[in-house]
Amino acid sequence: MNHILENQFTVKRGHAYTRFLLGLAVVVVIGAATLPLWAESSWMHEFVEIACYFIFALMWNLLAGYGGMVSIGQQAFFGLGAYTMLILGNFWGINPFVAIAIGGVVAGLVSIPVSRIAFRLQGGYFAIGTWVIAEVFRLSFANFSMVGGGAGTTLTALRGIDKASRESWTYWIALLCVVSSIAIVFVFLRSKRGLALLAIRDNPIAAESQGIAVGSMKLAVYVVSAFGAGLAGALYFVGNLRISPDAAFSVNWTAFAIFMVVIGGMGRIEGPLIGSLVFWLLSKFFSDFGAWYLMGLGALAIFTTTYFKQGLWGYAQQRWGWSLFPTQRRVVFLAGPKA
Amino acid sequence: MFLAGSNIVLHTRDLKAFYGDAQALFGIDFEIGKGQAIAIIGANGAGKSTFLKALAGLVKVQTAAVNWKGQDIGGKLPSEIVRLGLALVPEGRRLFPSLSVQENLMMGSESQRKGPWNLERLFKLFPILQEKRYQPSTSLSGGQQQMVAIGRALMSNPELLLCDELSLGLAPLVIREIYNALPEITAEGMGVVLVEQDVSLAQQMTQRLYCLQEGRVSLQGVSSLLSREQISQAYFGQ
Amino acid sequence: MIELLLQGVLLGGLYTLFALGLSLMFGVMRLTNTAHGDFIILAAFGALSLAAMGLNPWLANVAVLPVAWVLGYCVQRYVLNQTLGKDPVPSLVVTFGLSIVIQNALLETFSADPRSIESGGLNTLSWALTDSLSVGVLPILILMIALLATLGLQWVFEKTRLGRAFRAVSDDPEISELMGLDSKNIYALATAMAFVLIAVAGVLQGLRTTVAPADGPMLLLFAFEAVIMGGMGSFWGTLAGGMLLGVTQQLGFRVDPGWGVWAGHCVFLSLLLVRPQGLFPKTR
Repeated sequence: MNHILENQFTVKRGHAYTRFLLGLAVVVVIGAATLPLWAESSWMHEFVEIACYFIFALMWNLLAGYGGMVSIGQQAFFGLGAYTMLILGNFWGINPFVAIAIGGVVAGLVSIPVSRIAFRLQGGYFAIGTWVIAEVFRLSFANFSMVGGGAGTTLTALRGIDKASRESWTYWIALLCVVSSIAIVFVFLRSKRGLALLAIRDNPIAAESQGIAVGSMKLAVYVVSAFGAGLAGALYFVGNLRISPDAAFSVNWTAFAIFMVVIGGMGRIEGPLIGSLVFWLLSKFFSDFGAWYLMGLGALAIFTTTYFKQGLWGYAQQRWGWSLFPTQRRVVFLAGPKA
Repeated sequence: MFLAGSNIVLHTRDLKAFYGDAQALFGIDFEIGKGQAIAIIGANGAGKSTFLKALAGLVKVQTAAVNWKGQDIGGKLPSEIVRLGLALVPEGRRLFPSLSVQENLMMGSESQRKGPWNLERLFKLFPILQEKRYQPSTSLSGGQQQMVAIGRALMSNPELLLCDELSLGLAPLVIREIYNALPEITAEGMGVVLVEQDVSLAQQMTQRLYCLQEGRVSLQGVSSLLSREQISQAYFGQ
Repeated sequence: MIELLLQGVLLGGLYTLFALGLSLMFGVMRLTNTAHGDFIILAAFGALSLAAMGLNPWLANVAVLPVAWVLGYCVQRYVLNQTLGKDPVPSLVVTFGLSIVIQNALLETFSADPRSIESGGLNTLSWALTDSLSVGVLPILILMIALLATLGLQWVFEKTRLGRAFRAVSDDPEISELMGLDSKNIYALATAMAFVLIAVAGVLQGLRTTVAPADGPMLLLFAFEAVIMGGMGSFWGTLAGGMLLGVTQQLGFRVDPGWGVWAGHCVFLSLLLVRPQGLFPKTR
């Protein structure tokens, strides 16, 4: 009855043009690496800032879109990574650029015990519960006089380097962080683990019955997301040099991540990319309008969520089949079915 | 076919139904006359529940696919359809766990249709419910819960009662008790469509019978005249 | 110590009022309103605006209530109803967007300065219970209102036809439709009710202390903690949760002003760890 299985078939990912895009991306990255040689310093600083927004959004997207966990508290790990970097740099004499990576790792490790509490809640309550946890972090550091308490402090560990070198190095580290974050997420999602993640997101019970360890998968995503957030946080304050609990643990980070991902589409890699570009453009032109600008962002997010549930990019993907980072699998038959 | 045209209260014409992209019903033609009892039988997944849900408005269909007393009602909201006089006793009872027995019954009167059915009459039909009226509906046995589900549908004073697998999960004695109440329910001219797993029960309780197989009508006829072989063939298909 | 507990309980009364609206909306619709706290602040500023436009301050305080009812009904019916469904993301994002819009709209209109609602001295009146112990009249009033509200909500849910509809729709929206209920309308009525509670909470907060545009999120977290600690599905539980939060915070404040809110958060997280279902969950 079923002749199809008798044939050969293969599983393909991507189309011909995505290989072209990959080549293009490599060229762009190499070109970007040369930026410090010819660009103004403000460009580099802007890139670092946007890189932090992007990485944070990418990781938030991984957690929410693929892990199915919407968190309003990822800023906890953002700030934790930042303060770790600060403490290591200011008090232990570790090179802040190296401390960025350590900040990420520490955030990732701390997320493990945090998950014990956070995972007690689901859905909307999980979202707000994580916010409470972030507030605990914020208040704790605000009472920590060694790092300046509520007023915050400055990163002194980079005092020895001249401004130009510091900015170049920060820029290159930021570029490295961006590329590695995309690479980590992309490779992870293309792997079997990524497929498992999609299964869990769609139907956890069915996934469990297929032998997928739902609990440990969710933890894995939570940890990776925390690591990324910590990385972004540490990077941001290497670029900014001045840190405070209100800045490091602000819920605005998650708000912007939500915005970027909602505009760009959730559960897709290119979503945060599109979203952060749109966000950057909007802030370039409209952030002078202060409260009105933020109101506009809020209204835009409401409008997009109501009418374009998959985000603008998701809409494009559905309508025209576009895909920059193909993680979908298509079954391609190598020969026609027998009669 | 066996009825004068003017006696038909509900008919469906080429009824199709989908769950997302998956098609469950492929064009069902069905008709029932006033006060008739019709059974729908078929294997699991044949589309029997889907058909009742489509009639009740829980599954969306084209407007012209369902006609009730001369009006096309396909695609209407369930709350509108119950107001027109069709009531569904859903598969698996689906009682409200947070409500007591009486409260569950009272929910049935939300559609505010006038008629002979009220709490008092229901308690006469199913006395055990009066005894347990203030208890949470979840504390009742399966058979008692089925009585509540039927009662809840009756409270809307329907003209056509749709029953989805009344006997599911119940002991034979309990099934008998419930079906014994059916004549009194339909005594005043209420029609009933019974989806039943138990074929002989279905044949006994109804005048006409439809058999569904993979979303299509594979057999229809007068219940008492259909043979075991005919039904078997229609049930399982070729 | 007794004074501490008393202050905690009184504070708990206010937190209960913050929490009841949240509890109601989640109970009926499984909807988490991230803008909950911002609506509380909005109500307070609403009362302030009405008073500024010439209305008698006490009349203004009462006038926000019907406005809140209408606003709640419309917000649910025309915005939030679209976000309901299995996926919690749309409602979270939309309410988060609302939160940002409200905060910034208030900021634009009123500036970031904290303000309070004119109470005519009510917020300083106190009542001497014993020689050494006295309590504020306003906090007692707030506690009374909180108890009344909890009682009222419980009564509505258990004894009225609307309450029965709320419970049915919360159990099974599909079958509720089958009964003839218009779930869109029921949801909107639930939110309308919740918004009235929110308005009451906002006005009382404005009377008791100051309100500023950015205060919303903190109030949301307090309301949330009260609901979870109390146990889901029970308004008396929410009251208990509010009390627990109030007492905890007062203890924390007494140790050091910077640790009050922090203590509340920590107790909340600890309770989540050892008893995630809360103090008095409704068993089904």
